[in-house]
Amino acid sequence: MLLNQFLILSAVLFAIGVYGVLARRNGVLVLMSIELILNAVNINLVAFGSYVSSVSGEVFALFVITVAAAEVGVGLAILLLLYRNRRSVDLSEADLMKG
Amino acid sequence: MSVLGALVAQNVAFGVIAAIMVFAAIRLVTTRNVVHAALFLVVTLGGVAALFLLMGAEFVGITQILVYIGAVVVLFLFGIMLTRTRIGDEEGTDHAHRLPAVLAAALVATVTIYAVVAGFGDAELPADTRTTTAEVADSIFSTYIVPFEAVSVLLLAALIGAIAVARRD
Repeated sequence: MLLNQFLILSAVLFAIGVYGVLARRNGVLVLMSIELILNAVNINLVAFGSYVSSVSGEVFALFVITVAAAEVGVGLAILLLLYRNRRSVDLSEADLMKG
Repeated sequence: MSVLGALVAQNVAFGVIAAIMVFAAIRLVTTRNVVHAALFLVVTLGGVAALFLLMGAEFVGITQILVYIGAVVVLFLFGIMLTRTRIGDEEGTDHAHRLPAVLAAALVATVTIYAVVAGFGDAELPADTRTTTAEVADSIFSTYIVPFEAVSVLLLAALIGAIAVARRD
């Protein structure tokens, strides 16, 4: 297998995730797009780990998975608080700190 | 199976998985139904796990299924249920003007793909990329023991923080 086929797939998924983060207004959907981006990065880490025949890429992918799980937990807690206070998770309405 | 046959099988598997993943990812960021988006996320994350197994990273693949499909997606479904009044097609999931987002995504894709094609032209993965769980464990608990402990504390802090943020007082 070519290294590039994994890298290009990962780049495509990353770009789709970027589109999701920018185009979505619902906070839960934005968090899902961020998960997509983190998974694209994980594919890269494991692919490069395989390429240099090292196990380090897999270890870093495991760290990314852990941090992503923590991020989803905190992110959804914040969204829950936002919903409780404003009855909506529409991120374009959360503009309290807009200058 | 001969080496060539295995290589062809690997490439066919990669093509099928990649097509399913890209389709599910595009539907994930375009569907108006939030629950469907969560289910497309399951398909995409399952595809990532399959790619890990294809690359011989068994432990990461299993962890991906356990943590993401087992826990993170359930968390998302709870988030959808707790923050929404209606399940189904919904107005207002997307911004009205999506052209800037399309342009930004296209730019990211173009630059990244150009960079990896220029940088890694036709570099081949080694024929046998399998790694055992024992090797991963040895690496985590020797070379990467400090980051491992740090990430454990981070996870604890994040979970306590999530409870503190979300609880009613």
